[in-house]
Amino acid sequence: MTTTVYVPRDAAALSVGADAVAAAITREAALAGRAVRVVRNGSRGMLWLETLVEVVTDAGRIGYGPVTADAVPALVAAGMLDGAHHELRVGVVEELPWFRAQHRLCFARVGVTDPLSPEDYLAHGGMTGLRRALEIGPAATVAEVTDSGLRGRGGAGFPAGIKWKTVADTPGELKFVCCNADEGDSGTFADRMLIEGDPFCLIEGMAIAAFAVGATEGYIYIRSEYPEAVRTFRRAIDIAYAQGWLGDDVLGSGLRFDLMVRVGAGAYICGEETSMLESLEGKRGVVRAKPPIPAITGLFGKPTVVNNVLTLASVPAVLADGGASYQALGVQRSRGTQVFQLAGNIARGGVFETAFGISLRDLVEVHGGGTLSGRPVRAVQVGGPLGAYLPVSGLDLAMDYEAFAEAGAMLGHGGIVVFDDTVDMASMARFAFSFCAEESCGKCTPCRVGAVRGVEVIDRIVGGEDVDDNLALLGDLCELMTDGSLCAMGGLTPNPVRSALQHFADDFTPRRVTP
Amino acid sequence: MTVVERVLAVIEAHRGDRGALLPVLHGIQAEFGYVDQSVIPLVAKELNLSRADVHGVVTFYSDFRSEPAGRVTVQLCRAEACQSVGAERLVAHAEVTYGVKVGQTSEDGAVTLGQVFCLGNCALGPAAQVNGRLHGRLDPARLDGLVDAEMEMR
Repeated sequence: MTTTVYVPRDAAALSVGADAVAAAITREAALAGRAVRVVRNGSRGMLWLETLVEVVTDAGRIGYGPVTADAVPALVAAGMLDGAHHELRVGVVEELPWFRAQHRLCFARVGVTDPLSPEDYLAHGGMTGLRRALEIGPAATVAEVTDSGLRGRGGAGFPAGIKWKTVADTPGELKFVCCNADEGDSGTFADRMLIEGDPFCLIEGMAIAAFAVGATEGYIYIRSEYPEAVRTFRRAIDIAYAQGWLGDDVLGSGLRFDLMVRVGAGAYICGEETSMLESLEGKRGVVRAKPPIPAITGLFGKPTVVNNVLTLASVPAVLADGGASYQALGVQRSRGTQVFQLAGNIARGGVFETAFGISLRDLVEVHGGGTLSGRPVRAVQVGGPLGAYLPVSGLDLAMDYEAFAEAGAMLGHGGIVVFDDTVDMASMARFAFSFCAEESCGKCTPCRVGAVRGVEVIDRIVGGEDVDDNLALLGDLCELMTDGSLCAMGGLTPNPVRSALQHFADDFTPRRVTP
Repeated sequence: MTVVERVLAVIEAHRGDRGALLPVLHGIQAEFGYVDQSVIPLVAKELNLSRADVHGVVTFYSDFRSEPAGRVTVQLCRAEACQSVGAERLVAHAEVTYGVKVGQTSEDGAVTLGQVFCLGNCALGPAAQVNGRLHGRLDPARLDGLVDAEMEMR
């Protein structure tokens, strides 16, 4: 009898040796005279357990982790291939509390299936959403997405249905669907994991978007820092063409949709949608002024849907189960689920998908298990490098767009970065400015010059030079950048700075400047 | 093949692409290891762009190198999540060990040390790419081991 063993191919798992683990299992099983089939799945998202090996048994998929190649001989000898006890055995993966507490829609298949197996995809509900869209027609498809309350997952949270309707209503021979996979925010990796773990879901979502708005060409802009995602997605596109899921006659419906991968080149700003469009056109990734909005004047001046990976990957489930069932999840105006990412100095980091409304404290302390270092949590940054720093007293915030906005923070792409009590918040504030200086596209002055001046002002404050005047100057600079910048890069850089100053003022007291 | 022929072959492979400049530049860097100033006029002519346009794009994006990299390229992540678990200590270690500052190649051409803001491995930091391969949970000893292993292969 052949035993099926899952070893993730996700880049995070590979970064801690998953390839060597897979090779060791094949080798040790052969030595033990056992027939095994090693399937390379996506990651379950419990990244502290990587490499998480799963063995299929009658009791379910039993996990072992974190497994290293060195540990494999002992694991096989202990009976891992029969699900036997071992100190690395974590039990049936789907029954783990961390897993059961989630509500996985977007990530339903990630970690479960072989990402490049079309058979697996169909067996786990794939293509149901696209088939239903084709059945109900473009206008009803847009209506489903609008009714679902799905909002853009890239950070801005704009209602997806309204964007789609604008593109659908704009006349044009040529329209585009662009997927923004330039996931540059520190603390976010869900786009990458989805692309590597369930690429067909994203392809299906893009095809639904194309059908809904009348587009025939799609581009996915993947950052070059994600070579595994690029490789996986290119292979997935080839397979999708061979399956008739892309091309001249999608699912035999007569729908034409072609999909191409474009790779970024190391510019954070290209995650801003207009800058991404410039980059796709082969230009410098310089931000465009809005209006005109991309929905009307987008890629090469044509009407264009620009959505984040997770937005588009949520669409198949919305169509398959209906907008109403998606809308039933979540709170207030934040509907459905959000894929939270626990990162930084955290004991149990990874992907946690659940309905909006869960508290930040639950995520960080209960599910995340506090810091990796074992020291007290001091600060948490939510929403990437442009998100606010929250103190421990602020962790009771509910994870929804409006609650965060009210607290002067932002949910962004759902990334949560934890810092322990060794963090120096003045240096994090300084970093926010220096990052902006490094990554600014240079088009508008508040961002291009303001970021450089910001670094200097913070250096003067911690250096003890005219502290009160410089704090006032810092306040003015933040106000100017917020009000006067062309896009979120310059406009939101004051978020981490101001919040650090507000909640961690002690760190800004003058000290000897270290070179 | 001459340099010109190799550049033309890359351009030809992307002839039908819309807005082909970025794919072409990635192709040239894959072919030569960097984008030499001398190829810019040819790329500009073939894609019907101005030399200024091409130069502007090459210099905007940090991926495109103007000179060859060392035998081992280390890209250390310095974004917030990796900073929270000691990325800056790793940077300091690497600068001392390889005798270079971030952004430089060692004089013997052995190591290029670069920085990157996020590799998407934020729950398993500090992270780095060593010759394009992602590694997590790095400490100075593991990083040195990885670099040494790459060095031996080249």
